[in-house]
Amino acid sequence: MLLALLNWVITLATVGLFAGKYWWFPEGINEHAHRYDGHFMTTLYITGVIFFLAQMSLGWTIFRYRSNGGRAAYVEGNNTMEVVWTVGAAVLFIGAVLMSTEIWTGVHMAETPADALTIELNAKQFAFNFRYAGADGKFGKTDIKQISDANGNPFGVDEKDPAGKDDVTSSAIRVPAGKPILLKMKSRDVIHNFFVRELRVKQDVVPGMEIPLHFQADKPGSYEVPCSELCGLGHHQMRSSLIVMPPADFEKWLKDEDQKLKQQ
Amino acid sequence: MASHATHVHTPPSGFIRKYIFSMDHKVIGIQYYFLALFSVFVGMTLSVLMRFHMVYPDAKVGFFETLWPTGAPGGVMTPELYLSLMTMHGTIMVFFVLTTAPQGGFGNYFLPIQIGAEDMAFPFLNMLSFWTTFVALMVLMAAFFVQGGAPLGGWTAYAPLSALGEIAGPGQGKGMNLWIISIALFCGASLMGAINFISTLIDLRVPGMTLMRMPLTCWAWFVTAILSLLGFAVLLAAGVLLLMDRMVGTSFFLPAGLVVNDQILNHKGGSPLLWQHLFWFFGHPEVYIAILPGMGLASNILSVFARKTIFGYRAMVYAILGIGFLGFVVWGHHMFISGMNPYTAIAFSVMTMAIGVPSAIKTFNWIGTLWGAQIRLTTAMLFALGFVSLFVSGGISGIFLGQPGLDLYLHDTYFVVGHFHMIMGVAAIFGMFAGTFFWFPKASGRMMNETLGKIHFYATFIGVYAIFTPMHVLGIIGNPRRYADYKEFEFMGPAMSVHTFMTYAAIFTAAVQIIFVINLIWSMMKGAKAPDNPWEATSLEWSIPSPPPFDNFGGKHLTVHHGPYEYGVPGKAKDYVMQIDPE
Repeated sequence: MLLALLNWVITLATVGLFAGKYWWFPEGINEHAHRYDGHFMTTLYITGVIFFLAQMSLGWTIFRYRSNGGRAAYVEGNNTMEVVWTVGAAVLFIGAVLMSTEIWTGVHMAETPADALTIELNAKQFAFNFRYAGADGKFGKTDIKQISDANGNPFGVDEKDPAGKDDVTSSAIRVPAGKPILLKMKSRDVIHNFFVRELRVKQDVVPGMEIPLHFQADKPGSYEVPCSELCGLGHHQMRSSLIVMPPADFEKWLKDEDQKLKQQ
Repeated sequence: MASHATHVHTPPSGFIRKYIFSMDHKVIGIQYYFLALFSVFVGMTLSVLMRFHMVYPDAKVGFFETLWPTGAPGGVMTPELYLSLMTMHGTIMVFFVLTTAPQGGFGNYFLPIQIGAEDMAFPFLNMLSFWTTFVALMVLMAAFFVQGGAPLGGWTAYAPLSALGEIAGPGQGKGMNLWIISIALFCGASLMGAINFISTLIDLRVPGMTLMRMPLTCWAWFVTAILSLLGFAVLLAAGVLLLMDRMVGTSFFLPAGLVVNDQILNHKGGSPLLWQHLFWFFGHPEVYIAILPGMGLASNILSVFARKTIFGYRAMVYAILGIGFLGFVVWGHHMFISGMNPYTAIAFSVMTMAIGVPSAIKTFNWIGTLWGAQIRLTTAMLFALGFVSLFVSGGISGIFLGQPGLDLYLHDTYFVVGHFHMIMGVAAIFGMFAGTFFWFPKASGRMMNETLGKIHFYATFIGVYAIFTPMHVLGIIGNPRRYADYKEFEFMGPAMSVHTFMTYAAIFTAAVQIIFVINLIWSMMKGAKAPDNPWEATSLEWSIPSPPPFDNFGGKHLTVHHGPYEYGVPGKAKDYVMQIDPE
């Protein structure tokens, strides 16, 4: 009896917690994020109804069918019902995943647009570093022997390669708004993770692999990037920012950084 | 079905052979149970310390320094100590609680009795399996006391962090070696146990105990044993490879070009993703190893106290088998964002959704069982109903996480932490509590206190929902897992009130577990004498004395005439028919 009530109260409280959206996603900053939120809500409605009905009927059976000293109904089962709920569950669950496939393929299987800006990420315990090709549009060769965080060369850009002279490195990732980005991600030690909540994208950065990630950010602003794969004792302090700039500001920033390199 | 005469043995008289190095499946079952009980209190204490640190990362607590002089200098817990508590919490709970109690504890004690056997098929192997588990636990605990302390890489031990040694952080040196050795021993023990369970169930059923007359607990233990056999074998191999990467310089999980802490390493050719594949090939079946016995127990207890036959017995059996089979083809859903080929994610996600179907079937059948029932709300029944409630709540969030599209954001957030704690953590533990209250009279010959039991149930039920439901909304904020504190991130500001609430809920829930311990100990010594069949249940353990004699059936050769859940059968004098009843 008490359990029936309690289960109902907990169910309603849970529904309220999700329906009230007191703690929720930050606002998305691109098309993908809006599609993501839309499908999240679809899944929330499907599961919410199943959750509500299952918990309510569990509470109901406890409330309604307490022992009164009599005999229970003798029912061994019902094949029709078994088939109905098996097929029903299969259609709902697999339907949900098929509906979401587009969200996944949009991030991971889309062609890189020709005008995409390529940026490299090199993650390490416990920092992110980003590299831009600079004015020549070419990344300089790298050599792990030349990696030196102290000398401002976290990528180990080869001193002898002229293409590397104008490579810009930064601990935050700056991107022009509305432009497709191809982020080539590498780690030099353990697995890290690049996660931007407002992009609704998360991807592990794995040593020994170069993992491409496409995204586009449409709304200027600064967004936090928390490392989201346990990488050691400083994991909770490993952070960066995604800084989305109006395209003209971005060009100016890149040019200024170039100037600084030339003056060195 | 083999005859009974094949392995008759008499009870040993000495204390050591009777209670310590015992080959009696009942004693071994109780040993496993107490090993898990010890472990669950250690694991729970660690979790309370973690919750405390997350909310009060700068608090000075004198006894932290007493416990961990290097991990908490000045009484302030370091992030690395937090991570080692987390790693040990996960490892202890998954291996030494969720894997040992439902299978090694209850399964050992009751599987032979429920099928009419006098013992397990291989009693010596059974003893060896328990004591190997015991040594594994001691080795794991030792990790707290070696230089550098316990490992900090999480229970999943992802390479390269786990493969690099001390250079990757404190605890990743000696502590990590002990961790791997402990897990390898545990794998060995589980393999021995699995072989024993499978052989016993196939060979030692009494006449009339056909497969479809077995209680659902037996089906669950049987399929769990098969999962253990296939899963732990792979984890054992993976553990050995990891140890070789660390100790003899191989490169199974270490690629070329690593620069760790400014040192260039000489490894080449390995793959960090290989570890994840091997680990989760074990790791996913492991969650079913943890939960299947709970499902079996809940089904069994629901039917007994609903005074009603199980709704759709065959569907339940097929669902257990379906979960067992599909459990081996869904491991990739732990790796959607790992960098594996994105096409495989789609295949794994469809399989993952498919495994939701048998889980849903079970839930519907449980509610079908309760519909039109005559429910007796004993403490065991409350915990079984609580299991169903938590199973639904914990399972439903899997529908989000199983979709790679949605996992793109939710992966490695507190949404995941909430999901698996609810379903494989507390739902499984509710199964164990249900089993304890249900079988305690049989094993001890005394009843547990129902009033204390009910207070404990309600407090725990409210407590676990209060801890784990808010985790889901934290995940929606984007709260990453395995963070020692959240001071660096602005977006976590509004979430801290939720964390504080959860910490108090965790302290409350941990504290009320004392009621259970008091009840257990008090009932063992002073509980009312238990009749042979206090719950008017039908399966074989209820037709023998409480506690059972050494050879379980007092030399009698039983024949089974009925299914396991004949409650409320029309035309019978009583509302239940014992399985051995010739009528």
